[in-house]
Amino acid sequence: MSLVDESFELKELQVLEGHADRVWSVAWKPATGFDGVPAVLASCSGDKTVRVWEQSPSSGSFQCKAVLEETHTRTVRSCAWSPSGKLLATASFDATTAVWEHVGDDYECVSTLEGHENEVKSISWNASGSLLATCGRDKSVWIWEVLPGNEFECVSVLQGHTQDVKMVQWHPNMDILFSCSYDNTIKVWAEDGDDDWHCVQTLAEANNGHTSTVWALSFNATGDKMATCSDDLTLKIWGSDLLTIQSGNGSAPWKHICTLSGYHDRTIFSVHWSREGIIASGAADDAIRLFAEDGDG
Amino acid sequence: MTLGLINANPVVHAKKKRVARPLDDPHADDAVDPLEIYDYVRDIRDPEHPYSLEQLSVLSEESITVDEKLGRILITFTPTIQHCSMATVIGLCLREKLKDCFPAHFKVDIKVAPGSHADEEAVNKQLNDKERVAAALENPNLRQLVTECLYSSEL
Repeated sequence: MSLVDESFELKELQVLEGHADRVWSVAWKPATGFDGVPAVLASCSGDKTVRVWEQSPSSGSFQCKAVLEETHTRTVRSCAWSPSGKLLATASFDATTAVWEHVGDDYECVSTLEGHENEVKSISWNASGSLLATCGRDKSVWIWEVLPGNEFECVSVLQGHTQDVKMVQWHPNMDILFSCSYDNTIKVWAEDGDDDWHCVQTLAEANNGHTSTVWALSFNATGDKMATCSDDLTLKIWGSDLLTIQSGNGSAPWKHICTLSGYHDRTIFSVHWSREGIIASGAADDAIRLFAEDGDG
Repeated sequence: MTLGLINANPVVHAKKKRVARPLDDPHADDAVDPLEIYDYVRDIRDPEHPYSLEQLSVLSEESITVDEKLGRILITFTPTIQHCSMATVIGLCLREKLKDCFPAHFKVDIKVAPGSHADEEAVNKQLNDKERVAAALENPNLRQLVTECLYSSEL
């Protein structure tokens, strides 16, 4: 992997002001931002609210269209749109996950998921939108089934991590769940048949894994590679056999491919693999870095 | 009266003489001065005892190191005993007190002095996890304790 710094340039388009406290997370609404549909973005904050921003087709600038408030009683840590864009789930330090629906000009909280013992840190919808996963400081990962009428039912509470779980992320095409934690590991969870979920793999230090908190993970478009980032100042790339994953036949083990170190000198909090194959990382050294695979792979 | 305190008999030191900074100090505004930072934190009250962190030698002038070039500040504190369960509270107090004290690009690391605590690594990891610190400061009980330590400065 090499840092291709000639062809890519990040240009700041706009600064969105409105939140009264730290903004923890943002999420682009699916199926917006192209084909004439204005781009929509959700942001969540320490001010306990979520804001929805929409790009104006004429001026190109983003305006705040809605403020989702008076629901969470503590920091809203992350937000995620359902694949259809119809629902927005928000995870909060108040130990709940709220699900919102766009109703007319506003957003209405249609469901509140309770169960975590303390701060919920991340949410992820599976590819079909039929399942929702949450995780938190109570070390557990919860899987919820999405039922008609905006009902949610908990189908499994996954124990296994020995510390605070920072993020959960569903595989882009299969119902396989990944979680990463303050315990320095990444866990892979799969279903055995009837709602019987269990951990099928743990990527730890011994497997060329991270040596400190793993903050985030992201898949490439095809779903056979994954990038992770950590407090250990590195990014790691992992791979698995695509055909084995897709066959749904038992576990397709993930293996360490390479480690990117020396690019950030403070905790790397976030990583994302774009559809075009660019990996973006954001760290506490106030830098965003973009990585692309060089010709030799 | 001292029932239940983890360290019932802390060693208390006299407060060090404070040097008044001259009003026409040319460097008053530019640099991030370790002594200035120390001034902000020396009087923080210990969570368990009615003494300041300076009086209990939890903090001293040498506790603060600043790397101007890299924009880093390191604060090292020494809990009064090896199994001090208040170590994370002291760390939170330091973070909260220093929150708005210097230019935004400065990064602050807070650690216990090497060898001074039985769970050194675990304490340091928590104190430097931005998300854990933010969540802890939202916890009403912890918030209350931190506020008491920061604002009871009738010492």
